Amino acid sequence: MSKKIVVPFGPQHPVLPEPIHLDLVLEDETVIDVVPSIGYIHRGLETLVAKREFTEYVYVAERTCGICSFIHGMTYCQGVEQIMDLEIPARAHYLRTIWSEYSRLHSHLLWLGLFADAMGFENLFMNSWRLREFVLDVLEETTGGRVIQGSCKVGGVRRDISDEKLAAMAGDLKSFETELSDLSEVFLHDDSLKSRLVGVGTLSRTDAYDLGAAGPVARGSGVAIDLRKTGYAAYRELRFEPATESAGDCYARCAVRIRELFSSIDLIRQAVETMPEGEIEVKVKGMPDGEYFSRSEQPRGELVHYLKGNGTKHLVRSRIRTPTLTNVPSLVKMLQGCELADVPVIVLSIDPCIGCMER
Amino acid sequence: MGYFEMAKTAIKTVMSRPATLMYPARPGKMTTLSRGHVVIDVSRCISCGMCMKKCPAEALCVDKEAKTWTIDRLRCVVCNSCIEVCPVHCLTMEGHYSSAVLAHSGLETFTITYVKPERPKKNESGEPAEA
Repeated sequence: MSKKIVVPFGPQHPVLPEPIHLDLVLEDETVIDVVPSIGYIHRGLETLVAKREFTEYVYVAERTCGICSFIHGMTYCQGVEQIMDLEIPARAHYLRTIWSEYSRLHSHLLWLGLFADAMGFENLFMNSWRLREFVLDVLEETTGGRVIQGSCKVGGVRRDISDEKLAAMAGDLKSFETELSDLSEVFLHDDSLKSRLVGVGTLSRTDAYDLGAAGPVARGSGVAIDLRKTGYAAYRELRFEPATESAGDCYARCAVRIRELFSSIDLIRQAVETMPEGEIEVKVKGMPDGEYFSRSEQPRGELVHYLKGNGTKHLVRSRIRTPTLTNVPSLVKMLQGCELADVPVIVLSIDPCIGCMER
Repeated sequence: MGYFEMAKTAIKTVMSRPATLMYPARPGKMTTLSRGHVVIDVSRCISCGMCMKKCPAEALCVDKEAKTWTIDRLRCVVCNSCIEVCPVHCLTMEGHYSSAVLAHSGLETFTITYVKPERPKKNESGEPAEA
């Protein structure tokens, strides 16, 4: 039996966009165990809930993550609205859905770029990000912010999108979809990519379920859990099926995200077509008193905001659980038995968002 | 041909114009809603302090006595909250970013020049005096 050695991986590593530390226990070139450690960028955002008014905290909630920021803000607002029994207008639900789906497009394209970069495919990385720019431009034109939108508020949304703009957005998606198809052809059919992805970092369906995997990690292993199916915002009125793959390897997780890109485009089109007329917000009266678990589907998986109010303008507790945290045990399982050279690709395949995870 | 899937996109991008702008020779993209930095019209500010109360980043300080409005550009998260709550609409959002500042010099203080108009007093003849 050969000697075991421990190789530190991260928190600073060329492929890691954000800091997580993994102690890789190696036997020759094979990883036999992994000890993850986190805690490099904790910011204490949850504590701020007691110091900011509940209507202002949405700005803080949105800044939990720099990628799926809109969905964080929306989940927080949904929670407060449920505590206060606020019924928000249908148009606000649809606008939230459209922005959520654009966020998903931008997050997945960002991830595809980083993933290609982790494999050393620079051209593919740049082309993914070039496409992502189209999504960011739409977000800036409709909300004023490329990454931090700030368009969600307790009781509805801050900005409306005119019908002409909505029609233009749906029209522009056509050329975007064509370019996306070219890009996805490369990700799904290029031999050099396949040789890096197929059969690497396999997670079985049972393991995915038992370890509490979320989002594309779970769906890549055949667990069809998609929180959008619970019907929050306008999802109950839109048709879509969760994208699932059965292989459970890096290729399957990549394929799930690519299929989700196309399903997001379809959801945006449906939402634009069936967009109801009317108000975009309701007046918020009173203070939140009660507690609620607000759940939604982030690009990375299930996001939970636990909120508790005591009838004052400050909430007493906010607890955010992000999908990356639940995917770390699955990551440890995936890494056991893999080759050292595959570690960066496998770590990237769960789409780690550490800033979000540590809040 | 599984190894040349990228060829089509690569040739297309080589033949087309660059996707990036030669900034600053060509100006960056900006929309009417873009959030760059907060601007105050000191002649209209009534020093009510609503912006200070509603600022999630605690970047604003309104001093009623000294008649100053101070913003910490390094704390400001450009969220638009102050602009929404300002009762006299003296705050506006500029699309361009504010220029870079050093740590400890992000503070910008403006002197409020607004003068509260005196209430028109009724003089003895019964006509309102000029404010």
